Amino acid sequence: MSQPLLRVEGLSKAYGALKVTQNVSLDVDEGQLHAIIGPNGAGKTTLIAQLSGQLRPDSGTVVYAGEDVTRLDMASRVQKGLARSFQITTLLAGFTALENVALAVQARAGSSFRFFRPAATEQALNDEAMQYLADVGLAGREGRVAGSLSHGEKRQLEMAVALATQPRLLLLDEPLAGTGHEEAAQLIALFDTLKSRVTMVLIEHDMNAVFALADRVSVLVYGQIVASGTPAEVRADAKVRAAYLGEEEVSDALG
Amino acid sequence: MSDLRPRLAPRLKLALVIFALLAVVPPIAQAIGEPFLIVVATRMMVFAIAALSLDLILGYGAMVSFGHAAYLGFGAYAVAILSRAGINDLLLQILAAMAAAALFAVVTGAISLRTRGVYFIMITLAFGQMAFFFFVSFSALGGDDGVALRARSTVLGIPLLQTTQGLFYVTLALLVAVFAGLYRLTLSRFGRVLTGTRESALRMQAIGFRPFPYQLTAYVIAACLCAIAGVMLANQAVYVSPAYMSWHRSGEMIVMLVLGGIGSLTGAMAGALITVGLEEGLARWSEHWRLGFGLILVLVALFSPGGLTGLLRRLNLIRGGK
Amino acid sequence: MFNLFLLQLLNGAQFGILLFLVAAGLTLVFGIMDFINIAHGVLYMVGGYVMAMMMGTTGNFWLSLALVLPVTLAVGLVLELLVFRRLYDRSHLDQVLATFGLVLVLSELVKIFWGSAPLSVAMPEMLSGSVPLAGPMRYPVYRIAVIGVGLSVAIGLWFVIARTRVGMLLRAGAANRSMVSALGTDINRLFMLVFAAGAMLAGFAGAIVSPILSVDPGMGDSILILTFVVIVIGGVGSVKGAFYAALLVGIVDTLGRMFGPILLRLVMEPAAAAQAGRTIAPMLVYILMAAVLFWRPAGLFGRKVSQ
Repeated sequence: MSQPLLRVEGLSKAYGALKVTQNVSLDVDEGQLHAIIGPNGAGKTTLIAQLSGQLRPDSGTVVYAGEDVTRLDMASRVQKGLARSFQITTLLAGFTALENVALAVQARAGSSFRFFRPAATEQALNDEAMQYLADVGLAGREGRVAGSLSHGEKRQLEMAVALATQPRLLLLDEPLAGTGHEEAAQLIALFDTLKSRVTMVLIEHDMNAVFALADRVSVLVYGQIVASGTPAEVRADAKVRAAYLGEEEVSDALG
Repeated sequence: MSDLRPRLAPRLKLALVIFALLAVVPPIAQAIGEPFLIVVATRMMVFAIAALSLDLILGYGAMVSFGHAAYLGFGAYAVAILSRAGINDLLLQILAAMAAAALFAVVTGAISLRTRGVYFIMITLAFGQMAFFFFVSFSALGGDDGVALRARSTVLGIPLLQTTQGLFYVTLALLVAVFAGLYRLTLSRFGRVLTGTRESALRMQAIGFRPFPYQLTAYVIAACLCAIAGVMLANQAVYVSPAYMSWHRSGEMIVMLVLGGIGSLTGAMAGALITVGLEEGLARWSEHWRLGFGLILVLVALFSPGGLTGLLRRLNLIRGGK
Repeated sequence: MFNLFLLQLLNGAQFGILLFLVAAGLTLVFGIMDFINIAHGVLYMVGGYVMAMMMGTTGNFWLSLALVLPVTLAVGLVLELLVFRRLYDRSHLDQVLATFGLVLVLSELVKIFWGSAPLSVAMPEMLSGSVPLAGPMRYPVYRIAVIGVGLSVAIGLWFVIARTRVGMLLRAGAANRSMVSALGTDINRLFMLVFAAGAMLAGFAGAIVSPILSVDPGMGDSILILTFVVIVIGGVGSVKGAFYAALLVGIVDTLGRMFGPILLRLVMEPAAAAQAGRTIAPMLVYILMAAVLFWRPAGLFGRKVSQ
């Protein structure tokens, strides 16, 4: 039995008395899409932040590809193939879509301590970036400044940038939030094709998407994992139903 | 193809116009019998070089350094110290000035860059003062009073800087070179990383960049280029004093950038020309010129964010009828 | 030698107390409003000049000192209303530009009204003596009074910050700025209060220092930079940090100038030691600051800066 690509053990984080992550343990096998669901304020984004290296946990370990990465910063984890997308967009607003992606390609394609040749003339960077833009459905929009893109297009660009880091494990923080119907469908199709190549941890509110895509689902409530299993198992779990009681739309989806 | 160039092109054109106008200052000044204008224009260009260097870290790197005048001082004192040792060659002096500036910038930059925001502003200010006090108490170099140079530097043995015109054109050449170098640099891979860090340090980390080495490198490059301005300032005044590196100077350099508009290089250059011109103009008018100058700064900060560039942009928008 | 040390230690403490008075308000302005104010040193200078002017007209030290407080408070309020208030939401760069402009304007106004020459302020009769310190050495009563007054202000500030509602808001604001904005309508008044009180404290410091040092247009500049060093070492937003850091900076600076050359003489030629000591001594506090920052980037008592 091979070890999981990502193994999280006993992860805890507190802000004063507020425990945002409580003793979370989680295994993600290579090639899986592991969804994490939970009500608002359950600590999903905080968990992603700790897995990606943006936040340091108080205790516990994150082991990625057999290596303890708990103390590594975000940039080092990204270089090892553990990348993330953001829920609140952090795109470089003054850069064009192409430049946003090309910069991510540049990060792993040779030294960036090059001072004279204009980066825009590096055809290899641009070609590869165009490919990722096409993958997410943004072909033809490469010249637009990121800040001027529509909300849905920003989500797509966010994905293109994440893909351009060539991740082995991709942490997706609500990638569908705020997308229109068509854009969401396009992204879901993209995740489906990616599944064969990239392992993913997905945080998402759209339950239809979650249950259509996920191999495994974990449920996070008040910083604790209350259930974990296949989509069918989780759907049938009494504790999950209790946790979601009152959130109508979700219980509909679970129903 | 979409890249940064189409957006920068108008600024590049404006910069070329500025260079062309500067180039004809000496003959015109001679023709109208006001050779003093050449001296003023030389000072303008010296500070334009300094402002350009600051724009790299402040405008492109979002590092608000309040101690940049220290590097002006390193450049000026390099001239004073080397000429006393019998080394008068401008190029050697520039190299030595850059080396000293780089050394100071690596150490203080590495410490300053551990901080952000108001901390960074205060720390760079304090390091600038540290350099200032070093030269103030260095009595061998005249201390507080400064020291006069025996002669201007030579270029490969030729006394090119001896005449007002020679000094002017050498300074202009350096200004063009610094501008061109920085222009290329801001478009390069390195420039993209630096600008990206300004827009979102978090995003840069999320795609695998650690901002620190890039920011520190930019900080050192800016220091070296500012030291060139210091070398020329010493040659222009034939005199070196710690006053070149006082915190008021650092403040003035920020003023130049903000007036001209940050992060466009051309704005920094225009801001420096305008600020020095304004100072010289107001100073002729009244000995209390700082009163008027200060008021202008307060008013610009309150009512015209983005300096002149911001003002022009807003006027453009109005004209565009949007 | 020990007596000399004790004397310089007291001088250092007295200097530190002054730095604290100037830094206390400024660190709160930085911490709560994330506002960079280059013009704070000018208020210290204004305090000195108002004191000199009042002494010139009334001749009474205590009356003049009492008048400095409302005047500098008013100056603080006017500046807050006219300039600072409009800049809270703006970039640090705009704040630097505006407050730097204010430095130029106020310094020039002072020069226009009082000239560039230093002014002196007479010490009050009852504080002009000295007391025996140790052996033959004596110490001026006035300096002891400055230390005493400064400590009283520090205790008063501690009480306000630890025990009152305003203090609670200040602490919350320094720890977490967004928390203050969540508290609603009190914010504008709180900012104004902090600003005006900070201006008054700085002006007060400028007034009580005037009999020891002279009053001149450059006095604000020199104290401003050291105030920044104090705030950085103590941690932005922490009045307690400002207190300890001010004493540390005051004492290190004073002792360094005195004993640096003496210590260097142990390892160098006397002449070289004197020169090196004179050169290094003014840099000591900055080296101290660099060392503190190296180990604690947020200062001794600052909240952690996010990466």
